[in-house]
Amino acid sequence: MASNIVLSRRAFVGAGFAAAAAFGALPAQALNVDQARALIDKVVAEVNGVINSGKSEAQMYPAFEQLFVRYADVPTIARSALGVAARSASPAQMKAFTKAFQGYISRKYGRRFREFIGGKIEVKDAHPLKSYYEVISTAYLKGESPFEVRWHVSDKAGKNLFFNIIIEGVNMLASERTEIGAMLDKRKGDVDALIADLQKI
Amino acid sequence: MGQAKGTGSQRAGTALLALALPLCLAACASGTGSAPGINDPLEPMNRAVHGLNKGLDTVLVSPGADAYGVVPNPLRQGLSNVADTLALPGSFANHLLQGNVEGAGRNAAQFAVNVVFGLGGLVDVATEAGIPRDKTDFGETLHVWGVGEGPYLELPLLGPSTARDAVGEAVDIAFDPLNAVFEGDDAVAVRVIKLLSRLNDRKRYSNTVDSILYDSADSYAQARLLYLQNRRFELGQTDGSSDGAAGEGGFIDPYEDPYGQ
Repeated sequence: MASNIVLSRRAFVGAGFAAAAAFGALPAQALNVDQARALIDKVVAEVNGVINSGKSEAQMYPAFEQLFVRYADVPTIARSALGVAARSASPAQMKAFTKAFQGYISRKYGRRFREFIGGKIEVKDAHPLKSYYEVISTAYLKGESPFEVRWHVSDKAGKNLFFNIIIEGVNMLASERTEIGAMLDKRKGDVDALIADLQKI
Repeated sequence: MGQAKGTGSQRAGTALLALALPLCLAACASGTGSAPGINDPLEPMNRAVHGLNKGLDTVLVSPGADAYGVVPNPLRQGLSNVADTLALPGSFANHLLQGNVEGAGRNAAQFAVNVVFGLGGLVDVATEAGIPRDKTDFGETLHVWGVGEGPYLELPLLGPSTARDAVGEAVDIAFDPLNAVFEGDDAVAVRVIKLLSRLNDRKRYSNTVDSILYDSADSYAQARLLYLQNRRFELGQTDGSSDGAAGEGGFIDPYEDPYGQ
């Protein structure tokens, strides 16, 4: 079971790292390995720039949130995380939830960015997968064995944006669906209460 | 998350397992999943065990890990390296049972290099020399032999598992080749080293473990999801290119299925 802890931890750290790296721009045309590699190298440098900027953690969160909004398909991720409840939510609720969700994600993963200092991600492969693209990369963090990070990228929102990150088999979207679902259950399905509480986490 | 797994408690764990398994195998033949790809018919029992494990972590394991953290890191890491090296003979045997001669060879090389050149395993020379760890276990052997994972189980002290992997753990503990080598005080020493290695893991990965156990809205569900997805990945059941089937543990295309139904 020690390996489970290790891998879980890697998965979690990796999720943050991958999220960080994914904050980079994705090219408008179909991805190939070189473009993706150049891109993620650039993004890692950018994120490291923020981490090493000397800002406090609280000051970094808005910076991460901006990058997340620009390069991830946040409305789609948020809707999927909310699950079936998103169907009956009003447009105003969805808007408020999406905003609260993006802040929550940025803080949740932003809290852990200092663990990534000195790390790097290398893209190994990219290929079309069903109706989207999958980019396969390896993450190297200090003091950890290298591990695999997969990125799912789609252009369904009008441009290439990432919508999921899978680290050693653990996928971020599924994890957030479980988390948001549990939070909603605790609030007896009250989406407004969930939105209010997400802003405090 | 298995952070409570100590060798001192392994016998107790094995005994509990022996009790729990027939019960489970009888009860779980036709389990329905509580989420796509999750087969957890014993959820109420599992949640009770999770509560126990979490309580043990709060009062015992986490404080114990903090206390152990006083020991200088190089020494802690060295003892963890010894524990890893001691796990290699069991891994070697499982590779052979799986017909994976290469994997067994890598384990043998790791073991030999670390024992001979790494001060009996204190220094992990082999990994630095580029011989990969390539760990395996009897749960994986069962998988290779075609045994399905079965219902999800959270085991007392040992943490998240499945029916198949629980049997695997029990067999690995009972038939560890080292059992025949170390006796008396030596056997106790081996157990202590393994226990300290667990504590070191708990210390080293405290941010992650804490976030799952104490920060998530449903630590049981998060631990279950994480374990199943990661375990299936380890066993090569998810290559990321397949979707939908139960084995994928929630692979999602939010464009085709926006609400993930």
